[in-house]
Amino acid sequence: MSNIETLIKTLVEKHGKTRNSLMPVLQGIVKEEHFLSEEAMIAVAKELDLSAADVYGTASFYTFLDTVPRGKNIIRICKTISCHMKGKDEIIEALEDVLKIKVGETTHDKKFTLLTANCLGWCHKGPVMLVNDEVFPEINQQKAVEIIEGIAKASK
Amino acid sequence: MENKILKKVDYIFQESSINEIIDVVSKTLTKSPDDIILDIIDSGLKGRGGAGFPTGLKWKFTKNEDNPVKYVICNADEGEPGTFKDREILDTVAIKVLGGMTICGYSIGAKEGYIYLRGEYNFLLPKLNKIVDDFNKQLKSKGIDFNIFLKSGSGAYICGEESALFESMEGKRGEPRNKPPYPAVSGYNSKPTVINNVETLVYVTMICKMGVERFKELGTKDSRGSKVFSVSGDTPTPGIYELELGMPLADFIEDFGDGDTKAVQVGGASGHCVPRKHLKETIIGFEGIPTGGSMMIFNSTRSMYNVLHDYLEFFNEESCGQCTPCRVGCQQLLKGIESVKKGDRKPQYLDELKKLANTMKVAAKCGLGQSVANPFNSIVDNFREEIIY
Repeated sequence: MSNIETLIKTLVEKHGKTRNSLMPVLQGIVKEEHFLSEEAMIAVAKELDLSAADVYGTASFYTFLDTVPRGKNIIRICKTISCHMKGKDEIIEALEDVLKIKVGETTHDKKFTLLTANCLGWCHKGPVMLVNDEVFPEINQQKAVEIIEGIAKASK
Repeated sequence: MENKILKKVDYIFQESSINEIIDVVSKTLTKSPDDIILDIIDSGLKGRGGAGFPTGLKWKFTKNEDNPVKYVICNADEGEPGTFKDREILDTVAIKVLGGMTICGYSIGAKEGYIYLRGEYNFLLPKLNKIVDDFNKQLKSKGIDFNIFLKSGSGAYICGEESALFESMEGKRGEPRNKPPYPAVSGYNSKPTVINNVETLVYVTMICKMGVERFKELGTKDSRGSKVFSVSGDTPTPGIYELELGMPLADFIEDFGDGDTKAVQVGGASGHCVPRKHLKETIIGFEGIPTGGSMMIFNSTRSMYNVLHDYLEFFNEESCGQCTPCRVGCQQLLKGIESVKKGDRKPQYLDELKKLANTMKVAAKCGLGQSVANPFNSIVDNFREEIIY
């Protein structure tokens, strides 16, 4: 059994072999693998007795369930109005500069993916950035770069 | 018209220990389910998520359904731009939410409750898991047959729509269902379900704790109680504030504006834009503009074209794409204002776009598409010249 199949088996055992477990199972895979590969979706379909198309249908609906390869750390910059007014464009510029990628891309070493997100719910403390599950409110260019450099160092 | 001064209050965020809340729950559960529901109806509590449906009635309809399996769901898929109060509530006083869910469960005859937390708030999970575990254990030790579970979303605004939320919990695409049937009849797993906003459930606990009469003293006749507001934008004091309902918007801006307020977006991207000249006669509450609590303030340096453009981009991305009026309507409204701005279309084209927005209001399947007309019409009507030039 491949690693991914073992992971899926464990997740299905934990959440139960029902359709209602599909979201937690997919979320569990993304947590480990950072995206849902074709192989993973087919294996989930088999395990939960659903069609692969059905699994892909659910997966492709949700922003946080990526079906294309992503980096180990996913950076999401809030782009909605309050953060827009507080200068999210400058933050994006600074990160594009330091990571040498554009929004939507992943670094060569697969460490970081840079994305934008709709309202993250920190409008009073914008601009805000989400790295994986962790929130960084009230950032500026310098802080954003420091945070990312810190994570890069820690994961070396 | 009641003439009273409405003010800041502090009920929601008052600290409560788990024992205190368990006490409130135990005491409340000595009453019959019908009596509790009557109390909640009598309190005048309306849903705090934005739509403002009377909470007690929702419970009553669900209780009246004859089904051995029912559910209580706490809608913590807070995604409306400009809203962040539910995060703060769950971060600081989650225990009160759990209390409200338990009281609801007992009243309607449900044994399971779920909190659907938006994926963007996953950082709260470790903390919430522990609180929920402790709370479930306490309930068990008191012999109360109710269990609470946590579910996570995955970054879809539309899942805040109740039927889309059920679909998501069932492992499907978060596409809203046709209504009726309403959740009271057929919700999660097609069973009778009460789905309440985070804040609504806290007020349930507060009403049971302080009594209906005390709660009714707050707010106005049409808008009972207080409400948590998320204040952002051009304000010296952004943050989360609990205010009595029924306040004129002018008073609000007096307190929170930066002295140069041009407009306020009440109720988030899907709410209404109120220009300075209408601040005085606009009431924040169910008799005026009902709101989920999002207050975004814009001063005279802001371009309302950019604001509207931002909202329309948001709706474009977050429309689930299931029904044509919303999927195509959102696209065309965005393209439309861009082409008017560029001069490719005459300014009169804005009136065509308003017709489209009004069509979406009646033809779209769910609240997302139906409410796009709110920001669109209110911004185009009040700031037409900014959209054109």
